[in-house]
Amino acid sequence: MLVEFAMMHAWLVPLLPALAFLVIVFLTRPFEKLSAIIAVGSMAIACVIASFAAYGIFTNHEYTKTPLVYAAKWLSLGMPGVTDSLMVHVGVQLDPVSAMMMFMVSFISTFIFLYSVGYMKGDPGYSVFFAYLSLFGASMLLLVISSNLLQMFVAWELVGLCSYLLIGFYTHKISAREAAKKAFVTCRVADFGLLLGLLALQITFGTLNLVELGEKIHNFQEYTSIGMLTLIAVLVFIGPIGKSGQFPLHVWLPDAMEGPTPVSALIHAATMVVAGVYLVGRTMFLFHEVESAMQLVAVTGAFTALFAATIALTQREIKRILAYSTVSQLGYMMLALGVGSLTAGMFHMWTHAFFKALMFLAAGSVLTALHHKADVWEMGGLIKKMPITGWTFVIGGLAIAGIPPFAGFWSKDEILVATLAEGHYVLFAMAAFTAFLTAFYMWRMIFLVFFGDEKPENHPQESPWTMTVPLIVLAVGAIGAGWFGTPWYNVWAEWIYFGEPHHGPINYGAMLLSIVLAGSGIYLAYTMYLKDAQKKRARKLAEWFGPVYRMLYNKYYIDELYLWFNHALVDGTARLFYLFDLYVVDGLVNGIGTFTKSSGDGLRVFQTGRLQNYALIFFLGVLAVAVLVTFTGPSAASLVLGGVK
Amino acid sequence: MTPFDFSIPINPSALTLEMLVAALGLGILILGIISPKGARSGLGWVSFLGLMGIIGVAITMWGQSGELLAGMYLLDNYALFWKITFMVAAALVILGNMRYVDKVGNQAEYYSLTIFATLGMMVMASAGDLMTLYLGLELMTIAFVILVCLRKTDNKSVEAGMKYILLAGMSSAVLLYGLSLLYGLTGSVIMLDISRIIAMQPVSPALVLALVMIIAGLGFKISAVPFHMWSPDVYEGAPTPVTSFLSMGSKAASFAIILRLFITALPGVWENWAMVIAILAGITIIIGNLVAMPQTNIKRLLAYSSIAQAGYIMVGMVTASEAGIKGVMFYAFLYVFATAGAFTVAAYFYNVTGSDELKDYAGLSQRSPLMAAVMLVALLSMAGIPPLAGFVGKFYLFKTIVDGYLWLVFIGLIMSMVSVYYYLRVALVMYRDEPKDPSPINVSGPVTVTLILTMLVTLIIGIYPGPLSEVVNSAAHSFFLH
Repeated sequence: MLVEFAMMHAWLVPLLPALAFLVIVFLTRPFEKLSAIIAVGSMAIACVIASFAAYGIFTNHEYTKTPLVYAAKWLSLGMPGVTDSLMVHVGVQLDPVSAMMMFMVSFISTFIFLYSVGYMKGDPGYSVFFAYLSLFGASMLLLVISSNLLQMFVAWELVGLCSYLLIGFYTHKISAREAAKKAFVTCRVADFGLLLGLLALQITFGTLNLVELGEKIHNFQEYTSIGMLTLIAVLVFIGPIGKSGQFPLHVWLPDAMEGPTPVSALIHAATMVVAGVYLVGRTMFLFHEVESAMQLVAVTGAFTALFAATIALTQREIKRILAYSTVSQLGYMMLALGVGSLTAGMFHMWTHAFFKALMFLAAGSVLTALHHKADVWEMGGLIKKMPITGWTFVIGGLAIAGIPPFAGFWSKDEILVATLAEGHYVLFAMAAFTAFLTAFYMWRMIFLVFFGDEKPENHPQESPWTMTVPLIVLAVGAIGAGWFGTPWYNVWAEWIYFGEPHHGPINYGAMLLSIVLAGSGIYLAYTMYLKDAQKKRARKLAEWFGPVYRMLYNKYYIDELYLWFNHALVDGTARLFYLFDLYVVDGLVNGIGTFTKSSGDGLRVFQTGRLQNYALIFFLGVLAVAVLVTFTGPSAASLVLGGVK
Repeated sequence: MTPFDFSIPINPSALTLEMLVAALGLGILILGIISPKGARSGLGWVSFLGLMGIIGVAITMWGQSGELLAGMYLLDNYALFWKITFMVAAALVILGNMRYVDKVGNQAEYYSLTIFATLGMMVMASAGDLMTLYLGLELMTIAFVILVCLRKTDNKSVEAGMKYILLAGMSSAVLLYGLSLLYGLTGSVIMLDISRIIAMQPVSPALVLALVMIIAGLGFKISAVPFHMWSPDVYEGAPTPVTSFLSMGSKAASFAIILRLFITALPGVWENWAMVIAILAGITIIIGNLVAMPQTNIKRLLAYSSIAQAGYIMVGMVTASEAGIKGVMFYAFLYVFATAGAFTVAAYFYNVTGSDELKDYAGLSQRSPLMAAVMLVALLSMAGIPPLAGFVGKFYLFKTIVDGYLWLVFIGLIMSMVSVYYYLRVALVMYRDEPKDPSPINVSGPVTVTLILTMLVTLIIGIYPGPLSEVVNSAAHSFFLH
């Protein structure tokens, strides 16, 4: 009963937080406690519904083949019976992928909302923050359950808007405002590509409905050429490049850490940024048909993973390190999708959501305790004063480094095996090396922050329960979320796959390699940052590789490159256009404006207010219409002459 | 060509709505005589509730179809949709302006005439022959003439009434010429018969002349350029609620009958009138928007804007297709709400400040955020800004003519941009300028309801046009079933 209800009413899941947003904005804004309760409560109920719906999906194997779809007509353009009429629906598509995602987003959101109750205490925009969070949750959940790409795009843009609002939440900080702008503009650039892709899909296939598209694209030769399909796939992929922070549009994601920490955890780690990965997963039928697009996805993913990991090696701010690790892990997911394994990509997304949200929240807890001192070099030994934060963070670190039996190990292993199975040896090497780097930079941070000597100027204190409870819950996830997909008993692969479920042989070699790489990364970090209390070796290394170190620390100067590009090219052309605008366009516009205004004034002259004039104009009008009818109708001249048609 | 056979039994239940409305109008008139002066303001509520009840009855009649008296009176979803639209318009005007009417006095006459005008419109919507058409048209027009000069002590109001009756009489004369020519040529007044007979004979110059006369006569009612000269003066002089009803009800009813006449009776000569309508639509859009720009009086501004809006609606007639009819009906319906919103604000503002001048709207957003917001939403909807209803409406209208009349689409687009200028000028004054008199304006209960309702409908239709679109589809479809 309940399960059935939840499955047929899955639209309630995004609707509840959306209502919470409206209620908070219009009614309860002055009452902070109430606003928080409404936001957390609505998300919690949404999570309950989502879990029932997910239960329903994951107990019936039918849904892996045919998703549960229901939709309402949103608007129809054209008339019934007209063949080219465009019909737009809003609907729900539930299958294992969306059900998993819906549960994950609502579950993690619930705990991050709860965490925010404590974290945002005393902020002047407390209620507004919860309103934005709710709007974000609603948009993300709408995106997840969408049954067509247009609806998904609407949610996609809404999510982008929320991201903008939340990154720039501390409006008094210039850096926050700049970061918000950067995020918005970067994503807009990417979304333009996506929009073009969607338009091309609609024009070519006449629908944006996921199920229909899947069928039509399978026989795409009837509609279009492979060249066009490749173009469409690439255009569609540009969207995820922006939203999921893939190279070269990753620049906004680290800056987005200017937002409050729960936002970083929710949006820029666990949920929103995976929207891009999710979109690629959702449109797998498209990419699957285009070999070169798949390669693009795989190479972009692998490169981003390695690239971001190297930057993370040298960063000093705790949230920035986490941000680059997010970019890197998103690269992993893209790699998995690019080698054709929806199973592995979604699996890593699932486990990553738990441990990355956990680490961000723990980082937030640290920042609160240290009054927002962010440099990891100024921390140390925090684990004694903040045991819950510390140990949960360690769990997160083990998970992301890929130590069994923690969650990250299983999903990362799955990706490595899938890459190897497809014969992408170079990509495999890149991914494996990234795994080593990940273990190293993560544990560098952990040793610096939580172990070693305490710094006398710090007076840390453990955070309140609203903050620690989410940590503990997420830590449980970070340990156990991967057990669904162990090579020996892989439930995950039975449910979430594209095409046919594939069970490769268990690759003990890859498993061993990934454990060795993770272990040696952690050991190296241990020798450099914990055993060596003076960090002499680390300093020496930085000196030896001075130019490399500086290049990494400055993130390959990509921001500078973009800035230069902006200055040189965009500003230059802009100046040119400005002059053009000033003299030609403005002149034209002003001219037209003056002309229309004066013609308006001129025409007013006829409005004399005199009845006889009006009557005259009326009859002149009759005459004019007579002339018009005569000269615009068929065989006009013969009509006037009394001829026959 | 069947001669009238009055022995055909009439099923009186088919005329339920018309009889109910007539009874309501008469009842109000009687109540006005027998009730004491102080109680007459309650007549507004009686009329409003009565109309709401009849709307309820009308909704239950959805799907009925048939003909009375061999096609004199047509019953279908098309007519029913229009009837509901007229009654909604009348109900909104009544609900939003009770205080205004109390100030003017003559409540019984005002309300009953409003209802009789509505009755005229309803007859027009169902008219299947030329006589019924004319009857409904005149019932509506005469009721409006009296309503326009209801403020007997106000020179402007009386002048407007004078102008209206003379010019309307003139246009009626022209229309009658056209109708009689049509009768003379075909020997029938029943539209369905006329269509059949026209199809059988060649197009004669006399028929073309009839066409010209009909276009002129009905063009006057929808204030299409160049037959629009009366409307700014009459709109300005008339009591604001009457202006409001004139601009939505009278116009909508005229469109209802124009579609019926041109597409039911005259589809055979479509080639002769399509281009003329297209050109008139273009000119109407251009002139309406251009002259609206320099206006400084809110009622005159809305008058010109309403001329322009009529131009947009005419676009839907050009193709004589189901899609076009759908566009016209959809737009007329949402236009009722936008107009009701804007004029209710204007009327209430006049009530409080005694001014219709745009400059006195300065700082309205501070004095009454609701009024300013409703005015803004209404105007932006008329300008066709998404996600408001006007955008969807314009989309449906212009979509029908993309093939073949691209020039008209461009005129529509460019002039919509021009219109944003004067619509936003109102917004600028309301939101940017500081009020001279910062005292807040308290909006009374029924007016608040009207305002919020119009705003919500405008928003909801804009965001979720699906249901209304379905209803209108079915109405437009029924048009061709006779």
